[in-house]
Amino acid sequence: MMPDLGKYTVAVLGAWGAALVLLAGLLAVTLWQGARMRKALALAEARAAAERPRKPEQAE
Amino acid sequence: MQLSARVLPWLVGLTAVSLILGLGWGFFFTPDDYKQGATVKILFIHVPAAMMAINAWIMMLITSLIWVVRRHHVSALAARAAAPAGLVFTLIALVTGAFWGQPMWNTWWEWDPRLTSFLILCLFYLGYIALWSAIEDPDTAADLTAVLCVVGSVFALLSRYAVKFWNQGLHQDSTILKVGEKDPLDVAYYVPLVICILGFVLFFIMIVLLRTRMLIRARRLSVLQARERMA
Repeated sequence: MMPDLGKYTVAVLGAWGAALVLLAGLLAVTLWQGARMRKALALAEARAAAERPRKPEQAE
Repeated sequence: MQLSARVLPWLVGLTAVSLILGLGWGFFFTPDDYKQGATVKILFIHVPAAMMAINAWIMMLITSLIWVVRRHHVSALAARAAAPAGLVFTLIALVTGAFWGQPMWNTWWEWDPRLTSFLILCLFYLGYIALWSAIEDPDTAADLTAVLCVVGSVFALLSRYAVKFWNQGLHQDSTILKVGEKDPLDVAYYVPLVICILGFVLFFIMIVLLRTRMLIRARRLSVLQARERMA
């Protein structure tokens, strides 16, 4: 299955390896940051929603 | 946000299919070149990455100009979202080019017009990302990065047309659009290369959508946190 790259094995595999690592890294960081932000926003929105009903009582 | 949420699953699927098909075809099922041997397989990552490195900057320029003219916040965030993807594409083009250049030109690096303008474009990407992070006020950051984007566009265009402007250096001119002309790209490489380019374009759109959604959430979060501090 693996093509015979001859004397260019290091060059071809090095280039492909570096490119795939960089692409996978970008995708992983993007997904991780997205998940972290979604969680932080959900927590903040829950806090804001919990505080909202208390305000009219305080006013009374 | 709702539209992008509906589009994203389809986009992820199409990206995966085109990347697996294009890269798999390019790596496993293309013949060696009579001059360059197996190094021709680097074509399938080097060319799409280099194209997208330039196109990402052009997209950032357009969205930055929309911000400057219309003050549309999402366009500024989309420009910011595209920068890391553009940086990664530029790095891929530089690294794979070095791996390709070493056996073909007998050097990892040459101060050739196209290579040098690409390195400067890479530095512009780093500067653009750093500038966004360095300024606290998002509107000021969007204004200043838009100016940087306009200046950097000179190098984005230079890196594309450097071979035509200065007919010197080691890097060859593009062969993709030379169908019917002298020394065109062989059809055995052409089809998988086009699929790889499509895959890289879709990957870029997917990353920009995901990162823009993340930045919109970050903006909402900072508003909520500001309200909490004021309460």
